[in-house]
Amino acid sequence: MIQRHHYILLALLLALTVGSFLVSFSSGSVDLGIGTVLQLLFGAEGGLEQQILFELRIPRSIAAFLSGALLSLSGVIMQVLLRNPLADPYILGISGGAAVAALASILLGFSGLWISNAAFGGAMLSILIVFGLARSQNSWSATRLLLTGVVISAGWGAMINILLTTSANNSVYSMLFWLMGDLSQSSAGLPSAFVLLGGFVLMMAVAPSLNVLSRGDLQAASLGVNVARLKLILYFSASVLTACAVTIAGSIGFVGLVIPHMLRLLGARDHRVLIPASILLGGSFLMIADSFARSIIAPQQLPVGVVTAIIGVPAFLLILRRTKPAPG
Amino acid sequence: MTNTAKSILETRALDLSIGGKTLCRNLHLKIAHGECIGVLGQNGTGKTTLLHTLLNFRVADKGEVLLCDRPVSDWPRKELATKLGILFQNSSDEMPATVLETALLGRHPHLANWQWESSTDLALAHASLAAMGIAALAERDVTTLSGGERQRLAMATLLTQAPLLYLLDEPGNHLDIAFQVKSLALLREQVIEKRLGLCMATHDINLAARFCDQILLLTGDGGFLLGPTHEVLTPANLSKAYGCEIREASYERGKVFFPE
Repeated sequence: MIQRHHYILLALLLALTVGSFLVSFSSGSVDLGIGTVLQLLFGAEGGLEQQILFELRIPRSIAAFLSGALLSLSGVIMQVLLRNPLADPYILGISGGAAVAALASILLGFSGLWISNAAFGGAMLSILIVFGLARSQNSWSATRLLLTGVVISAGWGAMINILLTTSANNSVYSMLFWLMGDLSQSSAGLPSAFVLLGGFVLMMAVAPSLNVLSRGDLQAASLGVNVARLKLILYFSASVLTACAVTIAGSIGFVGLVIPHMLRLLGARDHRVLIPASILLGGSFLMIADSFARSIIAPQQLPVGVVTAIIGVPAFLLILRRTKPAPG
Repeated sequence: MTNTAKSILETRALDLSIGGKTLCRNLHLKIAHGECIGVLGQNGTGKTTLLHTLLNFRVADKGEVLLCDRPVSDWPRKELATKLGILFQNSSDEMPATVLETALLGRHPHLANWQWESSTDLALAHASLAAMGIAALAERDVTTLSGGERQRLAMATLLTQAPLLYLLDEPGNHLDIAFQVKSLALLREQVIEKRLGLCMATHDINLAARFCDQILLLTGDGGFLLGPTHEVLTPANLSKAYGCEIREASYERGKVFFPE
């Protein structure tokens, strides 16, 4: 049931997204100022500033928006799929697989695009391993899926530690940045945008069923949801979205777990509202976090994954405290 | 009545078993329009399994289930949910949602993929909440409800779903004695008025005696008794099925049964 406060929420989030893009365009080691950004965007000539905006800031902002949006959409899906409020995009080991592959490629001296490709490959491998192991005799219990994912995750974790402890110092530094989530190397291209768009359309199409599925498998089946098929769709959608996100920026924590919860607390419980809202808030949140990451100790940069937690923890706790418990 | 009226649901030569234990053999059950059927039996005799088989949640060992003369396995899930609705034995509400949002989920099978609930759907949900006496809780979070309130909400969701056949698994669970009777009276009234069907699995012999036209009494060894309520519900039959002495007492509107 869509209500007026849902429209207001979505309108505010849309405004926030536009604002975050402008902030993200203007901030960094060279402060451009929002006025300058707007002039440049609308065609003014600006030499170095124009170059900074179009060659550095805009691609990076888009990468930040896309990875934030992908992660929080994936978080929404995982939380319904596993019916567990603690689920996040990484809970089934996708980021672990990506990390092992990415770190291995760093160790072997690859850089840039090769690391991204390796990460995507690792993520896909992990998705298939978990899928193959969790699916037994057509039964797809959330518990079994969760357990398989957590165990596979632990396995990847061990391999990550082996790679970290046996690598030379200089590569450990870039490995740590990758693990914490970092946008400084990233450029997200059209493929990620298409994945996000596809994920959005697909999830909007099944959004009413998601509302029912979050009440439990049996209840959903009795209300006309083909549970097995829906879960399959959800598993692969969430996985591909997560794989894309880690490919762009490594395993940025916190966004996928907390953004959906923030929005639920703000009243967006219906998935038809929650899905677009998560995309907008997740994307904006990561852009803002990334703006901080590259301006707090400029010209040095922090890994954005650290900043998401530094901003996100107090923001989430504030909303949690300010939300009134239900009356009565 | 059952012979002339076309039935809503029919089982043909149904065999059920679970974990190697035979629950019933060769069951021919017919639920006609306007009819209420009670399923009784000890724990683990297959009451819930039977309901889940009727819903095509599980496949029978043998035989078939026909809904409106078409095997349930042939019905698309969503379409099936417009005809069959179930009240589960226990509901779990871990994800946050309001009472009204939960009741509105009952409209899910009736809506197309991109369709939002209309004001008619909303009115129906409000009416169902009112019928179950929880209209005042509409904006409450379901996680804050008491057990009885949850049961009422589950019933309201079922009313909002408005199926052709109500399947109830322990409808009296968590409800106070007054509301047990009130809610079933309301459902029975609807069943008769709108020519629906009702099949309830219960441990409450008296509730079944009061509201059901027919009784299926499962004996636990694959056997069962099926027939009009007054024929099946006798102290002798019940004592045998439950393995304890059950006696009856009469009052002006009928009989009550109680263990010795």
